[in-house]
Amino acid sequence: MSALQITSVLVANRGEIACRVMRTAKSLGLTTVAVHSATDRDARHCREADICVDLGGSKAADSYLKIDKIIAAAKASGAQAIHPGYGFLSENAGFARAIEDAGLIFLGPPAAAIDAMGSKSAAKALMEIAGVPLVPGYHGEAQDLETFRAAAEHIGYPVLLKATAGGGGKGMKVVEDVSELAEALASAQREALSSFGDARMLVEKYVLKPRHVEIQIFADRHGNCLYLNERDCSIQRRHQKVVEEAPAPGLSIEQRRAMGESAVRAAQAIGYVGAGTVEFLLDARGEFFFMEMNTRLQVEHPVTEAITGLDLVAWQIRVARGEALPISQSEVPLRGHAIEVRLYAEDPGNDFLPQTGRLEVYRESAAGPGRRVDSGVSEGDEISPFYDPMLGKLIAWGEDREQARLRLLAMLDEFAIGGLKTNLAFLRRIIAHPAFAAAELDTGFIPRYQEQLLPATLPLPAAFWSAAGEAFHQSQTSQVRKDDPASPWAIRNGFRNGLPPQTLLALSCNGEQQVVNLHTPSAVLRDEQLLIEQDGVRRQHLAIRRAETLYLRWDGELHSVRVYDPIAAAGASHAQTGGLSAPMNGSIVRILVETGQTVEAGTQLVVLEAMKMEHSLRAPHNGVVTALFCQEGEMVSEGTVLVELT
Amino acid sequence: MSILHTTINPRSAEFLTNRDAMLKQVEALHTLLNQVQQGGGAKAQERHTSRGKLLPRERIDRLLDSGSAFLELSQLAAYGVYGEDVPAAGIIAGIGRVEGVECMIVANDATVKGGSYYPLTVKKHLRAQTIAEQNRLPCIYLVDSGGANLPRQDEVFPDREHFGRIFFNQANMSAAGIPQIAVVMGSCTAGGAYVPAMADEAIMVRQQATIFLAGPPLVKAATGEVVSAEDLGGADVHCKISGVADHYAESDEHALALARRSVANLNWRKHGQLQQRLAQAPLYSCEELYGIVPADAKQPFDVREVIARLVDGSVFDEFKALFGTTLVCGFAHLHGYPVAILANNGILFAEAAQKGAHFIELACQRGIPLIFLQNITGFMVGQKYEAGGIAKHGAKLVTAVACAKVPKFTVIIGGSFGAGNYGMCGRAYDPRFLWMWPNARIGVMGAEQAAGVLVQVKREQAERNGLVFSSQEEAAIKQPILDQYEHQGHPYYSSARLWDDGVIDPAQTRDVLALGLSAALNAPIEATRFGVFRM
Repeated sequence: MSALQITSVLVANRGEIACRVMRTAKSLGLTTVAVHSATDRDARHCREADICVDLGGSKAADSYLKIDKIIAAAKASGAQAIHPGYGFLSENAGFARAIEDAGLIFLGPPAAAIDAMGSKSAAKALMEIAGVPLVPGYHGEAQDLETFRAAAEHIGYPVLLKATAGGGGKGMKVVEDVSELAEALASAQREALSSFGDARMLVEKYVLKPRHVEIQIFADRHGNCLYLNERDCSIQRRHQKVVEEAPAPGLSIEQRRAMGESAVRAAQAIGYVGAGTVEFLLDARGEFFFMEMNTRLQVEHPVTEAITGLDLVAWQIRVARGEALPISQSEVPLRGHAIEVRLYAEDPGNDFLPQTGRLEVYRESAAGPGRRVDSGVSEGDEISPFYDPMLGKLIAWGEDREQARLRLLAMLDEFAIGGLKTNLAFLRRIIAHPAFAAAELDTGFIPRYQEQLLPATLPLPAAFWSAAGEAFHQSQTSQVRKDDPASPWAIRNGFRNGLPPQTLLALSCNGEQQVVNLHTPSAVLRDEQLLIEQDGVRRQHLAIRRAETLYLRWDGELHSVRVYDPIAAAGASHAQTGGLSAPMNGSIVRILVETGQTVEAGTQLVVLEAMKMEHSLRAPHNGVVTALFCQEGEMVSEGTVLVELT
Repeated sequence: MSILHTTINPRSAEFLTNRDAMLKQVEALHTLLNQVQQGGGAKAQERHTSRGKLLPRERIDRLLDSGSAFLELSQLAAYGVYGEDVPAAGIIAGIGRVEGVECMIVANDATVKGGSYYPLTVKKHLRAQTIAEQNRLPCIYLVDSGGANLPRQDEVFPDREHFGRIFFNQANMSAAGIPQIAVVMGSCTAGGAYVPAMADEAIMVRQQATIFLAGPPLVKAATGEVVSAEDLGGADVHCKISGVADHYAESDEHALALARRSVANLNWRKHGQLQQRLAQAPLYSCEELYGIVPADAKQPFDVREVIARLVDGSVFDEFKALFGTTLVCGFAHLHGYPVAILANNGILFAEAAQKGAHFIELACQRGIPLIFLQNITGFMVGQKYEAGGIAKHGAKLVTAVACAKVPKFTVIIGGSFGAGNYGMCGRAYDPRFLWMWPNARIGVMGAEQAAGVLVQVKREQAERNGLVFSSQEEAAIKQPILDQYEHQGHPYYSSARLWDDGVIDPAQTRDVLALGLSAALNAPIEATRFGVFRM
């Protein structure tokens, strides 16, 4: 096989993975081509690319999922190879085929391998033949409710519904009881259809207290296939991975070999080439079951890179060029330990609702040995409602797990994001949790420690308010009048003749408000650090001023502090009555009620899809629907009143 | 450029004695002001706040831009006047910045006698309006008052400078384009109802504010109608039905935020044009002023030592330094603003008076604000001086002072006696602001002189009648006069009666002057036309 010429790579993706792929491509001397939707015109992956091609559209279906436009973009830009990243078209065999048909190189597995694993049911049948252990389940073609009811009965509740074509938690539901099956199936099918264009589902036994352990495999075109150790991705929230680490704590060398060899068998059974991941459930007794194979580079691949010292993207390119894998199985390194967390724009305090808006403040942790940040955004970027709200990943490597964990904690402490809510503090609580430190991992971790990981918000302490007051006051630019530039009135020292100075600030933060009286300066703002000295100990808090907002880090969280506006507050209290508004930008999927209908508290009224997830708008109280202000299929923006209820 | 060099030694025994004497007076002032600040006292304040109302000073602090100065006026008004405590005369007045605009704020203190208007309350309200009018400061009235003090209606209601003048001023300031904003945060009855009604914009707080010409008791007495205060003149009535008020507020905080919006929408410009520089601190600390004024008021001091601690970089370009040396005149900058300073350095002679008149002409010609530092026992007396025309020369100075249209500021840093008070821009000469130091004394003449004159008259009377005038008799006449003059000459006595705009800590003189200068620039600096100077 002659070596294929690759001098230019198009990345058919966005966000952190596009940036990450291009980083390796550049280091190999390749020209990088980004594609983007209209919304992403100035996104970071475009800023970092050599060439950008506009796909138009905003929704993924109108942009990053348009195969013909992407191939045309490759042609127009002169790219010979296309990297799909993860998500979008990464596991779309039609895309792989179209690329090959166009005479271009797909930086992924052969279309046939995608097909083989793309249908989970078919994949399981294949795996059974290859001798890979499976979880009991139904993977048939019949998709009617009755079939699922019977299958679930046979397997025994609880069961897990999964999209046949799916991944990443989309179109996935746990069903505890037969009474929930119908609604769960319908909803999962809708999500599957909108995410993957394929509504087919399978159902499996929901394994209790399982760990999610996956094997990174890599195959070349010369029949070589290696396993590059495992990753433990047990810390999940609703089947979305949150924390990933490598190697899996407590896994014996024998288990590693057994799982690794199973994974290689799985890959070889479908003629796999390139990077892939075989996911297993590892139960408490050490038995493991095949779940699925992801025929792409995974979000969490950096932890494997950290413990092996390999660049998986570089390997993908080399394999695509026809090169053989450079090492043998016995030469695969395993050094130290690495942990990754996924940083999302979401509100953990409000059911992890995805957040849209502007990253007014975005500071990554400092670079350093054992530290890596893979991100796809920069300060000032807008987070749109059209795509996955992941901002990036923080990866820490250490000589051992504890070193990696402490390093990751330090990185989380340094990270600062303001302008929209993120899961940063939630991630910090996981990594700092004693059970995590003790490596007590299973997929039930987050629900089990829910109360500690998502503590009820306490009122902000007095010390916070006085610090916020000082930082706000000291970062305030003085109001100089052009018609009286020397005016002493612009000095904001609270001068009072014959009385002590008086400076009042009415501030609001997190829905709380407080009048702060700045008597004696208790803190000094130096650049972006607020220095607070108490009992001879001086501590610093990050304090960043952006226009009318002060971002102050307090107890690991960046709080946004503004002047309390009684007029807005009075306005808001009037607006509260009656209208139910969209919690975020998104499109209306279904309207479940009619005008005049009497509803009980908790009734689903409208289903909104945003960030590829469905969100239900429910009646907050018993009442009558007096008006509907939306239609199915309509795009609505956050705050738009959708339903009026009396 | 000439920099004033100090000859003061802050370590000298003399300096320390002076400082101790002054500090004692300053501390007494601070104690008194702090007391006044408590308004009607803890009990009344608690009753007030329990209704969800903010205290008047809290209202002002919330109304102002955060960190804005508040140049409070006449804090000692009514102090020791009525035989009962009426702190600050039950009304707080001062200048502060709201949305970057210097405003005159007048706030009733309902914790003091229900915010009712004593004669000096009226005088203070009117003085605040005068300052607003002269300096073109938008007015914000925080209304919470039961109206006129009925037992004293004869001293409050009928005269030209009484209650009615408040509304006369509102109408005329509004006509002159000086905004009038009323925030009704409590009662506003009878005549008081005209404060919001005459305002350009009025804001009312629901369930707190009421506006009516006659309250429920009077209505019942007059017509038999029984109606609650809220239904008679609450915010709902006036914002939704009558249109007496324009903005409906949920709370004090909301009302004050609305008032801030009103000011933000004024499209306000300052008209005073001065060639400004970057402000620069004096070379010497303001606190050293404490040690400069001698503990013994009879001892002279060089007023340049005071100027050196007020002006930018202590730079003072003196005019006619060698002529009429008892009046120091010169140009300087104060917080970046050009100023022309006249300061007493002894008794006024004919030369000094002529020099002062000349210097005032220069300042008016150039549109430079005037600062008078008063420490004057009067014009020189005696045959030689009368013959030399001291009266006509003094008249020149008085004419110049009276006619000067540039902003004038007076600080009485020592004595203010007789015609010296006139020549150095006393209250009657309409300085934009007049402040006193705690050591200052004011009167038609000094206590000793007055007593001496009276003793002299009595003695001559006695001698004409062939009687003997004993030293006991002399003492019996002299002592009450001395006591009376000392009492009435004291700055607290003056301030209580609104003869000045406040007694200030000498160390804050520069700040107070700078704030006053800037506030004055809201009005254009007008050209001066002088009267006939008797030559």
